[in-house]
Amino acid sequence: MDGNRRYAKRKLLEEGAGHDVGAMALLNMIIYCHELGVKYITAYAFAIDNFRRKPSEVQKIMDLLKECMTVLAKIAKHHPIKVNFAGNLELLNTELRDEARNLMGATAKYSKFVVTICVCYCCTDDIVHSVEESCREKHYYHCYIGDSHDDDKDDERPIIKLVDIEKNMYMAVIPDPDILIRTSDEHRLSNFLQWQTCHSLLASLSTDWPEIGVWHLVKVVLDFQQNYDYFVRKRSLA
Amino acid sequence: MDFSNESRVLHRCSAQIGNLLLRSLWHLIHFIISICNFTLDIANVLESYLISSGLLGRYKSLHIAKLRYLAIVIESEGAYQTSKIIELLQWLDAVGVKHVCLYDIEGRSSGFSLSLGILKKSKDFILENLDGAMLFQVLSYWQPSIYAMQDAHENNVLLDRQHMTLEFVSFSDGKEAVVKAANVLFMKYSKSDVTDKNQKEKIFTESQMSEALKTVGSGGPEPDLLLVYGPARCHSGFPAWRIKYTEIV
Repeated sequence: MDGNRRYAKRKLLEEGAGHDVGAMALLNMIIYCHELGVKYITAYAFAIDNFRRKPSEVQKIMDLLKECMTVLAKIAKHHPIKVNFAGNLELLNTELRDEARNLMGATAKYSKFVVTICVCYCCTDDIVHSVEESCREKHYYHCYIGDSHDDDKDDERPIIKLVDIEKNMYMAVIPDPDILIRTSDEHRLSNFLQWQTCHSLLASLSTDWPEIGVWHLVKVVLDFQQNYDYFVRKRSLA
Repeated sequence: MDFSNESRVLHRCSAQIGNLLLRSLWHLIHFIISICNFTLDIANVLESYLISSGLLGRYKSLHIAKLRYLAIVIESEGAYQTSKIIELLQWLDAVGVKHVCLYDIEGRSSGFSLSLGILKKSKDFILENLDGAMLFQVLSYWQPSIYAMQDAHENNVLLDRQHMTLEFVSFSDGKEAVVKAANVLFMKYSKSDVTDKNQKEKIFTESQMSEALKTVGSGGPEPDLLLVYGPARCHSGFPAWRIKYTEIV
């Protein structure tokens, strides 16, 4: 969701106002995706690196996150949407963290439309966290359970497999995306989902995030449909 | 009763006609998009010709020194066309690009068997046909005799601007390498005394992960630019640890 600050500068808005418009754009995009029949939408709201920004800007984004949670909670009362928050939630303050967990708990039973907000997330941190969890799991299995299982004969240490890493990732809650959209003409992934986008269309839009509309989404989906056979072939080779 | 049956049949027919019309409209839209893409491709070919012939002034000075490390994703079909790859590398050498990483999607391990990427199998042939090109390889620390030479080798090769260095990477250097690195870290974790401490404490850092990836031979530098050759922009599983901030075009 790039371009909030550039948008604010271009429209001569006060500092932080770009993020307000960006948050509205995200809520609109969730509605557009739901109308188009998209089942999973994931948004990169706040990276771990973003903590290095000015404290006032970080606080503004946290306040907006709280407002979005309130809006999503209200929407979830009338429409069956599941909300996930993916990332190192321990880096959030207690209030936000509890609210995020409450919202996830309240919407866990739904599965038809899933909204995932990545907060305090970056892909390399996700990989390291997943390796840590896999190590803890395998160590526990080896120390406390291993002797009773046939496949752990001769005190063999269990090894970590790809399936262990992938199931312990923050992003394990949803399947890999078909399309990744980045705005403001950026062509980098900036440490977002490079593990999960092996076979995804990387779409770069020149528009800033606050100005994104339904037709941008339609254009990207049409591009994906044009190359659908190519992506199906790639996934089948994997 | 007849009336309700008739209205049901009528409703079904109109729904089918509606679906047919929508499908036709969808196909028409995609046909128009294909025409537009074809026109854009022709425009790109013309622009490429104008750039190669030197008629476009703004491409004459490239500031290529800013590009320290270039990576290229090559589709499986393209990876078999070794002569075209050699031609591409010769162009890059002529332009002044000195450090290139070639990636192909093939090459994965299952059980005890390891299948090399297509480009890795052809690497000797490619290196022979490129004058003065050197192989850049992250040597695995499992070979202790060359452990001490590892960092020196990498630094010397990357600083060398006389010769082009080539690195060959395949799918097995991505997720599978992370799995191997995870097992290296797991061995350290099992031997250390941190296992009984607080479950929420961080055990590893990103730099430890980077070191572990180097240990298993998959710790090459991060490319500045990743060129994707194919019908759609997709990094095809290029090692995730190395493309955090890489421009993908």
